[in-house]
Amino acid sequence: MSEERRTSTIETEKFTFLSPEVVASIRGYLPRYPNSRSVVLPALHEIQQSLGFVPKGAVLELAQVLGIPAPEIEDTLSFYQFFKQDRPLGKYRIWVCRSLSCALCGGENLLDHLRKRLNIEPGETTVDGRFTLEAAECLGACESAPAVFDQ
Amino acid sequence: MMESFEPVLLASVQKPDSHTLKVYESAGGYQTLRRVLKELSPSNVVEEVRISGLRGRGGAGFPTGLKWSFLPAAHSGPIYLCVNADESEPGTFCNRILMELDPHQVLEGTIISAYATRSTTAYVYLRYEYPLAFRRLQNAIREAYEAGYLGRDILGSGFSLDVFIHRGAGAYICGEETGLIESIEGKRAWPRTKPPFPAVEGLFRKPTVVNNVETLACVRHIMERGAEWFRSIGVPPDPNDPRDPGSYGPKLFCVSGHVNRPGCFEAPLGVSCRRLIEEYAGGVRDGRRAKAVVPGGLSTGLLSADELDTPMDFSGPIKAGCLGLGTGGVIVLDETYPIIDFLHNSCRFFAHESCGQCTPCREGTAWALRIVERIKAGRGRLVDLDLLLEIADNIGIIPGTTICGLADGAAWPIKTAIRKFRAELEDEIKRTNPKGWRSTHPVPAFSDGNIGTSKTTRLPVR
Repeated sequence: MSEERRTSTIETEKFTFLSPEVVASIRGYLPRYPNSRSVVLPALHEIQQSLGFVPKGAVLELAQVLGIPAPEIEDTLSFYQFFKQDRPLGKYRIWVCRSLSCALCGGENLLDHLRKRLNIEPGETTVDGRFTLEAAECLGACESAPAVFDQ
Repeated sequence: MMESFEPVLLASVQKPDSHTLKVYESAGGYQTLRRVLKELSPSNVVEEVRISGLRGRGGAGFPTGLKWSFLPAAHSGPIYLCVNADESEPGTFCNRILMELDPHQVLEGTIISAYATRSTTAYVYLRYEYPLAFRRLQNAIREAYEAGYLGRDILGSGFSLDVFIHRGAGAYICGEETGLIESIEGKRAWPRTKPPFPAVEGLFRKPTVVNNVETLACVRHIMERGAEWFRSIGVPPDPNDPRDPGSYGPKLFCVSGHVNRPGCFEAPLGVSCRRLIEEYAGGVRDGRRAKAVVPGGLSTGLLSADELDTPMDFSGPIKAGCLGLGTGGVIVLDETYPIIDFLHNSCRFFAHESCGQCTPCREGTAWALRIVERIKAGRGRLVDLDLLLEIADNIGIIPGTTICGLADGAAWPIKTAIRKFRAELEDEIKRTNPKGWRSTHPVPAFSDGNIGTSKTTRLPVR
């Protein structure tokens, strides 16, 4: 309960990374779980959606919102390859599946084509910030291989 | 019996708007839940599921009723139900089909199972790469709350249940049940040592049951049609194997790769692999022949072309030297596809997805990939195959060196590929490295630049 009191009294106006809307939607997840650390994953999704990545400052602010130490968040964040920490994603994030079913049906050629076309390697973003190319492991769309997930 | 098989799990997916409550109810949806809540006690449901012989559809094939019976009988605190919808095994997409096209079926199974296990909160751990499944499931949950199938005092029974979706973030290991639990708790998805098993100490250190989406959908049909109906489908226990509990019920098989009509098909357990490919998926593409077939998701390894009559039940693929039935994701490799490329693809996947907690898995998968990359770069030697086998034989829970089964899944493709296709791999090594050069170049363990076939990455020959 002390956690809740702490989280409700902090002043979110001072935040530079988390907008009040993002903070509100993160808080919206709190009643679903018995502790606030469980909100880390949904919160990181909210942050990445609003900022395009999860910068260090956002982690510190999230730690205040959830009332847990920032290294705990960092520990979780760094495990999931889905989150970008260094710079924002492109407007379109293109995941190209390269797992077996897709590889059998030309997934790697497709990835190769996009690399040349966009002139970037998987994991990079085009200079104009429009596209981020990602090599994905099985996207679970093997019946329509090769699969691409545009996010 | 097989000829008269009538699909139940996919019975509604062709209907327009099959994902809506209206369509689901018009076909008798939620009537089973109504009857269960009115007439049966939780232990009646557990007993019925136990008698049915239902085994988990997520890969391990553990008997569901038995899993539920491990929950402490007199537990006053909360019990959690986790729905494993983190389907990421290469070649598997049947859970996605269920959640996209018939989410209420999954939800009804979830509510009945939560009642049986006396859970009051259920978390659906859904992988992030399924946005349509997320929207459909979220909408189904909203409709179920509005109709009184979820929330407080469901249908006046006194039983309450909340269902929340927890979205993953692109990690294969989250499909392991304790990795999934850690991930819901907001931590890195490192599987826990067992015991304690989740049924005793799981999510938030409370008794927890983790079940696959398809398993829960089966529970709904078992409660509707009875355990005897379920046992009339599938394969009875092998009398020569006292540990085989039998493989009962319908199963969703996903067929992909080099076939004419890739897709998700419902068939009785025990259907032959050949029938799935020939009859359900329209045969191998371009009139070719199959060289090898992955029977149940990449982890299970390979069947060779003369093992295609293997029955697809929980023990059939094991008898053919594979890891098991796995998820039922059949991937067909035609005669033109090099086994070395299969090996490379598989090793890359598991090296990428190893969570890094146990050294044998983290290092073993990474070194296996380096060795395969070296072979592909024209610097392979014949001893490399034995080296790969040595790694594969020593990582995983079967040799007893890791916490979870990911490394077993990494080992089986290596073992089956080398043991069943050794001649082809030896020819490949002799062809690409006829003089037996030793590699003097370090071969990177991880390189996204190494995509494509071997010709793009060959090292300069000195």
